[in-house]
Amino acid sequence: MTDSKYFTTTKKGEIFELKAELNSDKKEKKKEAVKKVIASMTVGKDVSALFPDVVNCMQTDNLELKKLVYLYLMNYAKSQPDMAIMAVNTFVKDCEDPNPLIRALAVRTMGCIRVDKITEYLCEPLRKCLKDEDPYVRKTAAVCVAKLHDINAQLVEDQGFLDTLKDLISDSNPMVVANAVAALSEIAESHPSSNLLDLNPQSINKLLTALNECTEWGQIFILDCLANYMPKDDREAQSICERVTPRLSHANSAVVLSAVKVLMKFMEMLSKDLDYYGTLLKKLAPPLVTLLSAEPELQYVALRNINLIVQKRPEILKHEMKVFFVKYNDPIYVKLEKLDIMIRLASQANIAQVLAELKEYATEVDVDFVRKAVRAIGRCAIKVEQSAERCVSTLLDLIQTKVNYVVQEAIVVIKDIFRKYPNKYESVIATLCENLDSLDEPEARAAMIWIVGEYAERIDNADELLESFLEGFHDESTQVQLQLLTAIVKLFLKKPTETQELVQQVLSLATQDSDNPDLRDRGYIYWRLLSTDPVAAKEVVLAEKPLISEETDLIEPTLLDELICYIGTLASVYHKPPSAFVEGSRGVVHKSLPPRTGSSESAESPDTAPSGVQAPEQPAVIPTQGDLLGDLLNLDLGPPVSGPPMATSSVQMGAVDLLGGGLDSLMGDESEGLRSDVGGSPAMGGGGSGGGSFAAPSTAAPANLAAPLGSGLGDLFDLTGGVGTLPGSYVAPKTVWLPAMKAKGLEISGTFSRQVGSISMDLVLTNKALQVMSDFAIQFNRNSFGLAPAAPLQVHAPLAPNQSVEISLPLNTVGSVMKMDPLNNLQVAVKNNIDVFYFSTLYPLHILFVEDGKMERQMFLATWKDIPNENEAQFQIKDCSLNADAISSKLQGSNIFTIAKRNVEGQDMLYQSLKLTNGIWVLAELRIQPSNPSFMLSLKCRAPEVAPYVFQAYETVLKN
Amino acid sequence: MIHSLFLINCSGDIFLEKHWKSVVSQSVCDYFFEAQEKAVDVENVPPVISTPHHYLISIYRDKIFFVSVIQTEVPPLFVIEFLHRVADTFQDYFGECSETSIKDNVVIVYELLEEMLDNGFPLATESNILKELIKPPTILRSVVNSITGSSNVGDTLPTGQLSNIPWRRAGVKYTNNEAYFDVIEEIDAIIDKSGSTVFAEIQGVIDSCIKLSGMPDLSLSFMNPRLLDDVSFHPCIRFKRWESERVLSFIPPDGNFRLISYRVSSQNLVAIPVYVKHMISFKENSSSGRFDVTIGPKQNMGKTVEGVVMTVHMPKAVLNMNLTSTQGNYTFDPVTKVLTWDIGKITPQKLPNLKGIVNLQSGAPKPEENPSLNIQFKIQQLAISGLKVNRLDMYGEKYKPFKGVKYITKAGKFQVRT
Repeated sequence: MTDSKYFTTTKKGEIFELKAELNSDKKEKKKEAVKKVIASMTVGKDVSALFPDVVNCMQTDNLELKKLVYLYLMNYAKSQPDMAIMAVNTFVKDCEDPNPLIRALAVRTMGCIRVDKITEYLCEPLRKCLKDEDPYVRKTAAVCVAKLHDINAQLVEDQGFLDTLKDLISDSNPMVVANAVAALSEIAESHPSSNLLDLNPQSINKLLTALNECTEWGQIFILDCLANYMPKDDREAQSICERVTPRLSHANSAVVLSAVKVLMKFMEMLSKDLDYYGTLLKKLAPPLVTLLSAEPELQYVALRNINLIVQKRPEILKHEMKVFFVKYNDPIYVKLEKLDIMIRLASQANIAQVLAELKEYATEVDVDFVRKAVRAIGRCAIKVEQSAERCVSTLLDLIQTKVNYVVQEAIVVIKDIFRKYPNKYESVIATLCENLDSLDEPEARAAMIWIVGEYAERIDNADELLESFLEGFHDESTQVQLQLLTAIVKLFLKKPTETQELVQQVLSLATQDSDNPDLRDRGYIYWRLLSTDPVAAKEVVLAEKPLISEETDLIEPTLLDELICYIGTLASVYHKPPSAFVEGSRGVVHKSLPPRTGSSESAESPDTAPSGVQAPEQPAVIPTQGDLLGDLLNLDLGPPVSGPPMATSSVQMGAVDLLGGGLDSLMGDESEGLRSDVGGSPAMGGGGSGGGSFAAPSTAAPANLAAPLGSGLGDLFDLTGGVGTLPGSYVAPKTVWLPAMKAKGLEISGTFSRQVGSISMDLVLTNKALQVMSDFAIQFNRNSFGLAPAAPLQVHAPLAPNQSVEISLPLNTVGSVMKMDPLNNLQVAVKNNIDVFYFSTLYPLHILFVEDGKMERQMFLATWKDIPNENEAQFQIKDCSLNADAISSKLQGSNIFTIAKRNVEGQDMLYQSLKLTNGIWVLAELRIQPSNPSFMLSLKCRAPEVAPYVFQAYETVLKN
Repeated sequence: MIHSLFLINCSGDIFLEKHWKSVVSQSVCDYFFEAQEKAVDVENVPPVISTPHHYLISIYRDKIFFVSVIQTEVPPLFVIEFLHRVADTFQDYFGECSETSIKDNVVIVYELLEEMLDNGFPLATESNILKELIKPPTILRSVVNSITGSSNVGDTLPTGQLSNIPWRRAGVKYTNNEAYFDVIEEIDAIIDKSGSTVFAEIQGVIDSCIKLSGMPDLSLSFMNPRLLDDVSFHPCIRFKRWESERVLSFIPPDGNFRLISYRVSSQNLVAIPVYVKHMISFKENSSSGRFDVTIGPKQNMGKTVEGVVMTVHMPKAVLNMNLTSTQGNYTFDPVTKVLTWDIGKITPQKLPNLKGIVNLQSGAPKPEENPSLNIQFKIQQLAISGLKVNRLDMYGEKYKPFKGVKYITKAGKFQVRT
C-alpha cells in the first residue's frame, strides 16, 4: 500500500472525517489520520481547521507521530497563534527528555514556530540546549538561535545568545562549530555593521581545524566565513591557503568553489615571485575544469564564476581552451557562457582552433547561439591582431551563406573591426553593400550606415545608398536615424558638391519632423556647426576616432575585484555586487581584495589601499556592442558639449548667409546657390529678419522662438551665450556639501540648476589640502528620480593646493531608480587620487519640472476629478507679497504652468500643472487673497508622496 | 539559505511543496513557468531566475523540476548540490525518482525533507544516516508495521551522526564480507568532419559496493597512479596519504558509494575506440538528400565494442527517412526529428552501415546546418585511460574479505560533426 491512498477521500466533508479519525482512541488510526493531513498539506491544501485536533495528538511516545505533528505545527502555528500556545508545554517537557534526539527535535521545531508568544517560552530551553552535553543537541540549538533572531532580533541580543553562539565556535565538535559559523553568518548578513564574526588568528585556526572534520555543508559555511578574514601578512595568507587547498579535491562542487574563492582572495597577498604562488595557480585549474563535467546547472554557475576568474587571472586556464568547446546538446545557457569564456581565452597561440570552432557554431540551429558565435569572431579579430585577416575572411564566408541573421550580425561586427583597423579591410565594403536590402534589424542597419558614412569617399554611390535609407526615415528606429544623420553630414563634408540636397533633407527631417529631442538636438548642432564654421565642422565630425581597445565586455576592474570576493554566490552569477540586487541587505559591506603586502610592511593596517591592487596594464573597458553606437555618437558630439568651440557670438553673419563663410573654400563657386537655399529654411529664418546679426536672435527672440521650435533651438541659443536672458528656473546659492575636514582636504560646495531642459549640478571643488588633487570622478547612488551624471566629471588640470575650480556637471534622469527617504535625497560619491568620499544632499524638486508640463484645460479638469480626494494635500505659503500675475510668470520660469485663472469672491484662483521628469503630473490650485500674504496651495497627484517636495519647490521659487 | 522547495512535473503541476521557514506562496512559481515557456525546451530553463522578492534556483532531473526559493545571498552551487542530493535520496529510497514514487511515499518524502534541512541549513544528507532515522519503505516492512503498529521512524540518534566518520554506521555485520570496485570511464569527445579529434577527455569514477563487517580500514593502490592528477574524493579518503603516497586509504561507508571521480585531461592522448564514415548531404531544390553512415572500431585494445547506438537530431526540414541498415534497427521520429540507430555489437569483419534517402518538406530551403551524430557504446573489461588497480589491503578487522574489480569504458558526450 502506498501513501497515495492519503489523497483519496470521500466527497462529503473531508475535514469532518479527518477530525473524527484524529480523535479516535486507536493509535494506528490517529497516525493514519495525521498522515492524511500532512499529505493534504504537501499539495498546498488548507487543513488549518484541524489545528486543535492535531495538537492533541502531540503528547505521545510514538516518535513518528510526534514528528508528523511537529511538521503540521510548523506550517500552521502562525495562523493559529493562540492555539499554538497549547503546544508549548510539550515542547518544554521534550527539551528535558533523556533521548537527545527528542531534545533536539523539540528545540528545532520550537524555533520553526514563528509566533511571538512561543518565542518567549523558547528562551530557557534554548539556553539549556546550547550547553547540552550532547553535540547533536548543541548543533541543533545553534541553528535555532539564527531562527529566533529572524523572528525577534532584539530578544536574541537581550538574552545573550549571540555570545553563547560565538563561544560555540570554539566547541570541541566540528559539526557544532560549522553550524555556529553558519548561524552567525546568517545573522551577520542582516546586521552588516555588527562585528559578529570577529575573526582573529586563533579563531581562524579553530575554523581550519574544524574544516577538515565537518560535513561537506559545514565546510562551505566555514570556507565562506574564512573568505571574509583579512590575514595580517603574506605568511599567514600562505599558511591558510595551504590548509584550504585540499578542499579543491572535494566531490561537492560548492565546497570546491568556496575554496577557490578563499584562494583567489588570499593569493592577492602573495608575491608573484614565490614558488608557492605558481604552485597554487597550477592547482586551481583542474578543479575548475572538473566542475564542467558536472550537471548542466552546476556547469552554468561554474562558468559564470570562471568568467570572472579568467578576467582576473587569465593564466590559470590559458591551456584549457578545449574544455570550453561547445557540444551541440549543451543547454543554451551553457553554450552562451562557454562562448564568452572562449573569447576571453583566445590568444595568438590558439586562435586557429578557436576560429574553426566558431565557424562550426555559426552553422548551428539555435539562432541566439549563432548570433553570439558570429559576434565572437569579430571579437577575436579585435583581440588578436594577427588573426584579424582570417576573421574577416571567415565573416565574409558567413555573409555568403545569405542566412539573414548571420549576415546582420556579421555586418555589426565588421563595423567594430573597421574601428580597430581603419583603412585596412575596405575591400570588403563592396560585399557588404550587396546585402544592404536584407538588413532589417536596427543595429545592423545602423552599422551599415556608419560604414557607408565613414568610407563615403571610397564608395562611389554612397549618396544613393544613404538616400535609399532616407526614404523611410520616420519609420526607422532612433539608432538608425541618428546614425543616418551623422553619416550624411560626413558624406556632405567629404563630397560637398553633390550632396547639398541630401544634407538639407536630412537636417530638416531631423529638426522639424521629428519628436525625438536627441535627434533634433543633434540636427541643430550639425546645422549650426556647418553654418558657422565648416572647417571646425570637418574637424569635429571627421575627427580621427580613437581605436577601440582590444577587449570588449570586460568587467570594470574595481567591480571585478569586488566580485572575486563573492565567488560562488548569487552576485557572481549576476556579475553585480550584492548591494545592487539583494533585497533586504541593508547597507551591504563592500568587500575588496586584500592588498599585496610584503612581510616587511606587514605592520601596516591592511585596508589602507584596497583599490590600489589592479594590474597596471588593464585594458580600457569599452562598452558592449550594444552601446558602441552610443559611444560613437558621443564622440561626434564631444566637442560641442564640453565647451563651444564655435565662438558664435562674434560671428557676424547674416541669417541668410548661414552656410557661407568658411564653406566657400570647400564649395568654391557653387556656394552661392546653397546659401540662399539653406538660409531660406524655415527653422532658422524665424530667427532674424534678413540681415540681423546672428547674435541678435539670442537676446531678443528666446521667448517667441522657444515656443514654435521646441527646446532644440533654444538649446542652441543657449550655447551662443544668451544665458542671462533665458528664463531658467531658480538656482539656489551654493552651499557646502562636503566640508574639507571630512574629505581629506577636498571641499565641495554646489547647487542644482535647470536651464532649458537640461539639469546640471554646479560644483565648486576646492583643494584645502597640501597636495595636488587629480583623477576626479563622480558617481551617484540610485535615487528616486534616476538622476545620474550625463558626462564624466571633467577637471581638466590637477587641482593645486588652495585652488578651486567651478564645474557644471550635466545630469540626466535615466539612471537607476530607487526610492529614497527623503524623496529628494541624493547620495554622491566623489573620487580623487586620494580617496573616495561620500556625501548626501537634497536637491530642489523644481529642477525636475519639465518644459512640457502644461496640461490642456480639459485634461486638467478631467484629471483633477479623477484623482481621489485623499491624494489632495494642502499647504500654506506664508509671507509672500506677489500678485497673481507675478506669481504666474515667476512659476513659469520654473516650469510650473498656469492653465487658468479665476476670480472667485475677490480671491484669485490659479490652476497650475507641472510634470516631473519621470512623467508624474502634479496639479495645483493656488488661492491668493489680495490682502493676505499667505496663500493656500492644494496639490493633487497620483503619487501623493511628492506633494511636500513640490510645496517646498513652490516656496523656494516664490520667495527668491 | 534555502527557504522553500517546489516539485513541478513537466506539465507544470506543482505536486509537492515544503517550506523550511515561513510559507512562500505557490504563485512565486509563476516566474519559473514564465522562464520555462520562454526556454521552449525543458533542458534550456535557466537554473537561476530572479524574481522581485526571491531567487529561484532549479534543477531538472528525471522529468521533475526541483525549484528552490531563496531570499538572501547564498552560494547557488550549494543549493544545486543539495537539490541533486535530494533527488539522489529519493532514488535511493524509492528505487526511482519520479512523480509517482514521490506521491506514493509523500509522508516519507516530507519526513526526509524535514530531516535533510533545518532552517535552510543541511542537517543530514548522508544516506546511511537518513536510513537510520527514517527507514526506507519495503513491502515487508509496511506489512509488519501494519500488524505490529511499529513505525518507520528510528527513535535513537544515528550513531554516525557525530563521530569523526559520519558516513559509516556502527555495528555493521555481514556473513559474506565483500568489497567490489567498478572503474567506469566515459569518453567525452568532439570529432570533426574529417575524423580528427577536436577535443577528448576521459571522465572516470570508481563506484564501490562495500559490505564489510565492523570498522574495516582499506587501502587501495594503483599500478599507475600518475594518471590521476585531477581527482575528487569521497570525504572518507585520507587526503594526506594520497598526497604523499598516492594510495587511497579510507574507512568506507556501508553499501554503495562513489569513492573517487577523476578526469584524464585533454592534454594526454585519449584513444578513440570507434570511427565513423559519413556522407550526409542535401540537394539544392530537390527536397531530398542522401544519408550514408558506417561505424567501425579503432584503437579498441582488442576488446569488442558493444551496445552501440547512434542518435541524430535531423534538421527541422526533414520529413522522413528511407534507410536500410546492414545491422540493427533504426527508427526516425518525424515529430522530434530524431533518428536512432540501435546497432549492438560491432564486428570488424562486417561493418554496420546505414544508408538511404532523406525526404525534405517540399519547398523548404536546403538546411543550413549539418546534424551532429551522437554515439553511445560500451567496452567491457577495459579502462581506456589504462588505469589499473594494483591491490586492496584491509586493516582493523580479522576476516578475509572477497574482493573484486571490474572495468568498463563507455561513451559519454561523444559527438561526431558532419
